[in-house]
Amino acid sequence: MRKMLAAVSRVLSGASQKPRHGLATLPSLVSISRLKQSSHLGLPKCWDYSHSLKTRQASRVLVASRNFANDATFEIKKCDLHRLEEGPPVTTVLTREDGLKYYRMMQTVRRMELKADQLYKQKIIRGFCHLCDGQEACCVGLEAGINPTDHLITAYRAHGFTFTRGLSVREILAELTGRKGGCAKGKGGSMHMYAKNFYGGNGIVGAQVPLGAGIALACKYNGKDEVCLTLYGDGAANQGQIFEAYNMAALWKLPCIFICENNRYGMGTSVERAAASTDYYKRGDFIPGLRVRTPVVGPGPRPRPRVDGMDILCVREATRFAAAYCRSGKGPILMELQTYRYHGHSMSDPGVSYRTREEIQEVRSKSDPIMLLKDRMVNSNLASVEELKEIDVEVRKEIEDAAQFATADPEPPLEELGYHIYSSDPPFEVRGANQWIKFKSVS
Amino acid sequence: MAAVSGLVRRPLREVTVRDAINQGMDEELERDEKVFLLGEEVAQYDGAYKAGLRPICEFMTFNFSMQAIDQVINSAAKTYYMSGGLQPVPIVFRGPNGASAGVAAQHSQCFAAWYGHCPGLKVVSPWNSEDAKGLIKSAIRDNNPVVVLENELMYGVPFEFPPEAQSKDFLIPIGKAKIERQGTHITVVSHSRPVGHCLEAAAVLSKEGVECEVINMRTIRPMDMETIEASVMKTNHLVTVEGGWPQFGVGAEICARIMEGPAFNFLDAPAVRVTGADVPMPYAKILEDNSIPQVKDIIFAIKKTLNI
Repeated sequence: MRKMLAAVSRVLSGASQKPRHGLATLPSLVSISRLKQSSHLGLPKCWDYSHSLKTRQASRVLVASRNFANDATFEIKKCDLHRLEEGPPVTTVLTREDGLKYYRMMQTVRRMELKADQLYKQKIIRGFCHLCDGQEACCVGLEAGINPTDHLITAYRAHGFTFTRGLSVREILAELTGRKGGCAKGKGGSMHMYAKNFYGGNGIVGAQVPLGAGIALACKYNGKDEVCLTLYGDGAANQGQIFEAYNMAALWKLPCIFICENNRYGMGTSVERAAASTDYYKRGDFIPGLRVRTPVVGPGPRPRPRVDGMDILCVREATRFAAAYCRSGKGPILMELQTYRYHGHSMSDPGVSYRTREEIQEVRSKSDPIMLLKDRMVNSNLASVEELKEIDVEVRKEIEDAAQFATADPEPPLEELGYHIYSSDPPFEVRGANQWIKFKSVS
Repeated sequence: MAAVSGLVRRPLREVTVRDAINQGMDEELERDEKVFLLGEEVAQYDGAYKAGLRPICEFMTFNFSMQAIDQVINSAAKTYYMSGGLQPVPIVFRGPNGASAGVAAQHSQCFAAWYGHCPGLKVVSPWNSEDAKGLIKSAIRDNNPVVVLENELMYGVPFEFPPEAQSKDFLIPIGKAKIERQGTHITVVSHSRPVGHCLEAAAVLSKEGVECEVINMRTIRPMDMETIEASVMKTNHLVTVEGGWPQFGVGAEICARIMEGPAFNFLDAPAVRVTGADVPMPYAKILEDNSIPQVKDIIFAIKKTLNI
């Protein structure tokens, strides 16, 4: 507690303050020392709150008068194991700091996706838009279990990962709206966003899996103890190229964590109608696998939505376990996260012709990943309801600002239509719609 | 009275391209029980593939066909030849091809040139509803592998359906182009959605006294060069229009064949191609709009060719 008050005094000397009710106020965020470190460690932008710390108004949270726990221990469900003697631990420690960070990240992904929904309906976002609201525990939990120097590749439901891998909401939304401030300068759109150690964003189902095995090969070749998280969905899991990638990864003991994000529906086809075996964590056969479980909640008509992979702590522990396994040189491992998406497959799919509204509602009310984390934190005195609401308010503002930018930023200039065809090449001419229209191509 | 009844026009229905395709498939499914559908997210089908059946295989878009392209070429296109005439492959591959709107690089490619390149395949590219119905029916009845390159942006567009198209035996022969608009000054050859753009360009130019002959190829392979040559020999000028990339494209093939045939000596100016821009399809609207042939590009090319 004393350390925290010392931190308070350093904050108050820097930030503008509007004391309320005569009590000293404190931002309900991570401590200053951690913030100072973050810029040196090269942590992803989304984890650096020093900017918001300096500019935000004084918090209305009266932390000085409240005694929060520094951490709490939680029981998490045991994972189903395939060819593994032991699995991840069944208890885990969550620090207040981490808890607040995860909460903020999940809430940011949630609100960002909902804003994308809104912008799509206003026709400011065009083409494809596959949203991941409901699956926040996956992207945030996976990131929590690895290092920024590890690698990640996924399919088209990628906005959440783009954020957790370090890009800002501004860059993501501006890419969705096709503006020059977008992370791909407006040329890629929803499914083609890239960041450091994040290889997209891939539109063709399953094609990213052999690529991920290749990245793992590079990790092994470079000898830096890095791993590659290679994600795919339940729909892609039946593809031949996945099995080819399994074979090569196992043969060469590549540090590849294959992750099946099973949200129960491949577009509009439920897993039962698509797969001869829905035990996706076993489909690697000779590759050991684990399936992340949480208590199945609620009664209901069969098949029930299974909500494993909605618990961020489970996902984190499983990821830590899997990453350690790979780093030890034992070869690839397979992880199945059972999760759920609230939206349809994409914005052109209402998502209710192949599943019931009751099912969606049940998952939302009983297994929402943000709600699960919030309840845990509040019940173990890691945070207060007000403090988390405060984060909600900040996140909303961040998203609003980003959306403003994304709507106001200009489109990329026409002169750059031909840019970036080749890398490291001298400029050349590109043909337009007829032989008299020419564009310049610069690397 | 007989004269009057002869003057009464039969009502023309408007049918969208999507409905025309579905109508064609329904009729063929009904006519021949060996015909069946398969693909992602199509109606549930049953049974394993049995020899002697006539599948209609749907690709969600032809971009995904690349994942199966080995089968399309090596198992379908070449088999009748490799077996010395023993094993026909009466299969139809259909789906949307080419650019849509805002779907970016991996979902916007035109495969007319890729599939049109391969002997053993037939490749058709309908433009309007009549094309769509007539060609899908011919494709299903053909005993060879036929690739039907549809267009997503055309699915919802309604066209007048002439009475003969309403018949259950309405077929459009594969390998025959159609002259959509007669003209005297220049031949404009196209396939799929750009045919509509060509007609728009022709309407604009008509007001300036330039009469374009617009040819709807309907089939990419085997290409109807006779119709194109006859037209070029009449107009002495040629512009080709396609959505795909310029290199090794449909227009390039037409130009090469013109040079090999009788029409070359009738050309008063070099033939000109209007194509998609030679870039992976960008997402941002302004860039995408400039990466596909627009009416203004077609008009420009026509005027350049005619030196006006």
